[in-house]
Amino acid sequence: MKDYIQYSIQFLLILLLLPAAANKIVVQPEGKVRSIRSAIALAAPGDTILVKSGTYREGNILIAKPVVLIGEGKPVVDGENKVEVFTVEAGHVTIEGFRIINSGVSSMKDLAGVGSLHSHYLIIRNNDFIGTFFGVHLSGANHVVVEGNTFKAALRSDHETGNGIHLWHCAEATIRNNVINGHRDGIYFEFVTNSIISGNTSEKNHRYGLHFMFSHDDEYTNNIFRDNGAGVAVMYSQHVRMVNNIFDRNWGPAAYGLLLKDIRDSHVEGNRFDQNTIAIYMEGSSRTEFKRNTFVSNGWAIKLQASCDANTFTENNFKSNTFDLATNGTMVLNTIDRNYWDKYQGYDLNKDGVGDVPFRPVSMYAMVVERIPTAVLLWRSFLVFLLDRAEKVFPAVTPENLKDDNPTMKPYDIG
Amino acid sequence: MTRVIKYVFYDILRTRFIMLYTLFLLLSTFAMFQLDTDTGKVVLSLMNIVLMVVPLVSIVFSTIHFYNSYEFIELMLSQPVNRRVVFLGEYFAVAISLCFSFTIGVGIPVVLYGTGPGGFTLLFTGIMLTLVFVSLAFLSSVLTRDKAKAIGVALLFWFYFSLIYDGLLMWIIYSFMDYPLEKVTLALVSLNPVDLARILMLLQLDISALMGYTGAFYKDFFGSSMGFIFSSAILSLWIIIPVWGALRIFKRKDL
Repeated sequence: MKDYIQYSIQFLLILLLLPAAANKIVVQPEGKVRSIRSAIALAAPGDTILVKSGTYREGNILIAKPVVLIGEGKPVVDGENKVEVFTVEAGHVTIEGFRIINSGVSSMKDLAGVGSLHSHYLIIRNNDFIGTFFGVHLSGANHVVVEGNTFKAALRSDHETGNGIHLWHCAEATIRNNVINGHRDGIYFEFVTNSIISGNTSEKNHRYGLHFMFSHDDEYTNNIFRDNGAGVAVMYSQHVRMVNNIFDRNWGPAAYGLLLKDIRDSHVEGNRFDQNTIAIYMEGSSRTEFKRNTFVSNGWAIKLQASCDANTFTENNFKSNTFDLATNGTMVLNTIDRNYWDKYQGYDLNKDGVGDVPFRPVSMYAMVVERIPTAVLLWRSFLVFLLDRAEKVFPAVTPENLKDDNPTMKPYDIG
Repeated sequence: MTRVIKYVFYDILRTRFIMLYTLFLLLSTFAMFQLDTDTGKVVLSLMNIVLMVVPLVSIVFSTIHFYNSYEFIELMLSQPVNRRVVFLGEYFAVAISLCFSFTIGVGIPVVLYGTGPGGFTLLFTGIMLTLVFVSLAFLSSVLTRDKAKAIGVALLFWFYFSLIYDGLLMWIIYSFMDYPLEKVTLALVSLNPVDLARILMLLQLDISALMGYTGAFYKDFFGSSMGFIFSSAILSLWIIIPVWGALRIFKRKDL
């Protein structure tokens, strides 16, 4: 038995030493190995290729071995607007510390800064992607890590701009601490499961900051989505957790802080929605829980279409929104309870912090504007004020049962 | 003209009404800031004062003042003084004193509590509306010799711009909801100074919702400073045109 343990320890030690045994190949413009391509050709699986700073114009660089590429002093790898810069065709590849610029633009192929098909365990870390068509484009890759990268798209028209981080049919991906700016979709997920998106900043993208389809059991936390053409869209997915994100200034007739379409069994908690035209737009979604979110200065805090059911809204703060809630039907299948509404004018006689009369978050004029958008021009006029008051006393247009029975008197303290 | 303005100004101060008005604005504004910690909501409540109370007070006070100083005007006109000078002197004195009390009554709390750009738009629209309704009051005053009738006309102006017009506008929007109404509604809104002032405030308070409007035309209008410049220009027209009309009538009028 003792021998057995000893052998195991020795074996482990050898395992630990193995990476050190791997070769290191240095690429520099004036050195022995001058191109990344030839370094890859020389490398054995598991080798490390250290690229010194300089500019490398080598066309498409194919990586078909499990190697580690590390850039020192942000070496520039230029695709000269013609080709995909790095194409990875092997698993366990790391690309770190490069400045990857000017990939080709094509309407037939999704040319990217780093593209890969069916390669697992990739790590793409601390690179700058400047003027690439797609930034990172991964298909059928599991256990990938995309971390600490910066993406800045060239100023081209919409159809000539690809997505920042594009994942298709992946699992167990980690997208962390990236900054994405000016792409079509900042982060694009389709058929991606069990993945984590956290700490990213996605702003000024043409379409969505985050575009999410058929992607189940994912989690995105602590991201910032700001000034995107259409905000964030999460569609056709189940068991998605959206926690502590910031949705900020997504303005426009079709811009949503968060668009939820056909979402089931998901969880939206601790997010902050600030100055969006529509903070949350929901369609065909069920069994989703909205908890401890903050809605401030939005045009519409929530647009809840009648096709949604069994969703719960609890302990959220609604402050200074033009309209708190709008809906297009009269049937109520969702639960709204224990929220703070700054428009609540009720009283609390027994001082338990909960208002004694229910709050109806749907104002009559919100229903009018829902039908006739032009009517928004009359908002806050005395006439509209009178109509809203009359409606509050005798609900005729607004769904009578859509109400918060326990509105709190004070806002929740949400950090 | 400055001497006429000075005499009328002293006269207005003697009636103490202006003092009460200033005090009322000052107290209610302070009270609102005390009651609510959210300055955005205070600006909202103040907006209701600006859109309802300020026009009402301005138009009624100006009309009454005009009739009360009828003898003074007659006296002045028996002297070798131009009718234009007397009339504009009266106008400026009333307008300045009302603007003055509004600026003090609302401006001091707003500056003290600091509400950002919303507060300044509020002050601006308040002053503009005061000027517009003083103009309208002078117009209604020269239209008839009877004081009660003139006050009636003035109240009708106020009622029309604050309530009836919006009702008509809403009726139009409802009836023609299937048609593109962007430019039409914008033109119709320009025909009402209260609505214009309200839209100036909406640009501050509800910009997120306004950006949701589907028309690209509106988006450009509201998105740029165009909205502000346009509304201010039209409001200025609303000040100048009634006074000019009133002056024309006053010049030819048999007092």
